[in-house]
Amino acid sequence: MGEEKELRVRRIKNGTVIDHITAGQALNVIKILGLPDASEGVVSILLNSPGEHGKKDVVKIENRELKVTEVDRIALIAPNATINIIRNFNVSQKKKVHIPEFMEGVIRCINPNCISNSNEPITSKFNVTVDDDRPKLRCTYCGRVISENIAKHLL
Amino acid sequence: MIFKDHHIISMTSFSKDMIDHILETAEKMEPIALGKQKSDLLSGKVLAVLFFEPSTRTRMSFETAMYRLGGDVLNLGSVDASSIAKGETLADTIRVVDSYADAIVLRHPREGAAFLASEFSTVPILNAGDGAGHHPTQTLLDLYTIKRQSHLDGLKIALAGDLKYGRTVHSLCYALSLYGAQITMISPPELRMPEEIINDLENRGAKVTEVESIEEAIGDVDVLYMTRIQKERFPDPAEYQKVANRLKITTDLLKDAKQELRIMHPLPRVNEIHPDVDDTVHACYFKQAFYGVPVRMALVALVLGAIE
Repeated sequence: MGEEKELRVRRIKNGTVIDHITAGQALNVIKILGLPDASEGVVSILLNSPGEHGKKDVVKIENRELKVTEVDRIALIAPNATINIIRNFNVSQKKKVHIPEFMEGVIRCINPNCISNSNEPITSKFNVTVDDDRPKLRCTYCGRVISENIAKHLL
Repeated sequence: MIFKDHHIISMTSFSKDMIDHILETAEKMEPIALGKQKSDLLSGKVLAVLFFEPSTRTRMSFETAMYRLGGDVLNLGSVDASSIAKGETLADTIRVVDSYADAIVLRHPREGAAFLASEFSTVPILNAGDGAGHHPTQTLLDLYTIKRQSHLDGLKIALAGDLKYGRTVHSLCYALSLYGAQITMISPPELRMPEEIINDLENRGAKVTEVESIEEAIGDVDVLYMTRIQKERFPDPAEYQKVANRLKITTDLLKDAKQELRIMHPLPRVNEIHPDVDDTVHACYFKQAFYGVPVRMALVALVLGAIE
């Protein structure tokens, strides 16, 4: 049984495994990380994988070690995700993601009249706070707050 | 207090001390604003005035503020005739204009435009309104009017009209909370001040009560701040008329007011203040429009470092 589970998506020799992604969010994680463009290696996606705490998604990126700053951006939609850096089939580093205090170029402001939604040469910027364990994004330009359905507003 | 090279984007970045300093500076500017004293404080300085939206008093009061201090004004003119009509971005416009002027006044229809301008400008940006966002110089002139015509400490103020969408009243309330004001909100239920703002104000030290008619508040307040109710907020014209009639100031209504009551309005008014009220001691909305000049003189002189 264990072998069958492992074979669903094979172990990777070198790279990054993002585990414990909120079920259903793996494709959004891929989008935030700019994959597959940001990596030439094989990227495997596992959706609705049974885990200890219910269903989860997993993303495995071969031959690319993601940096913490890169990966923290996914905390907005997958706050429980863990990052495993794999070297020669072994986990060499394991980290939890942390919601960053500032976010640039990931989310679109929900205010259609915000200057960041026009043809200006800028990217969206948000100051992020956490309220009751939920991230709250305040647009640096217009001040509008996004606290629900954040994944819907990915750029 | 150093204001030199500061951008004036929103009231949220001002402390009480900073506001007090601007208002004190404005008071010194008043004789010059009235034409009683001459000044060449800003001689040789150029203020660019970029209005991407029509405005009468804000633009004119900035221009006269600059002229009264001996400076010059560079006006964008009509947007239709400028490079903006050709599709130039605001960022590019700012990068060009900042090489022509020492400071830039900007009004723009989009929220966040002034902040964007501040990211690209090498000279101070003065926000003269960004869409439904901020209009800090209006708030400062409102505060100045209250200071000159009434008093900021221990103030009892009633705000009437559209408290839901009116950006001027939101920003004024936040500033008044720094002075611990007692604020009475008068509005029809559909135009109530958003709950989130009321909670914020209370957390910041203001005392807030809500009523639905002017009569309930008029006897007790030092200042009554009227705003215009916009017709387009109501799908049914009859409903608009009903609400508009209820929130109207007449001389009859003022019988119960204190002698010291001052009535303010950001103007233009439609019919929320009867013209008969203009001749009473209570009316100070035209004075308020004038106060825009010394306040803007103070701001321009401060950000240009001509005074500290």
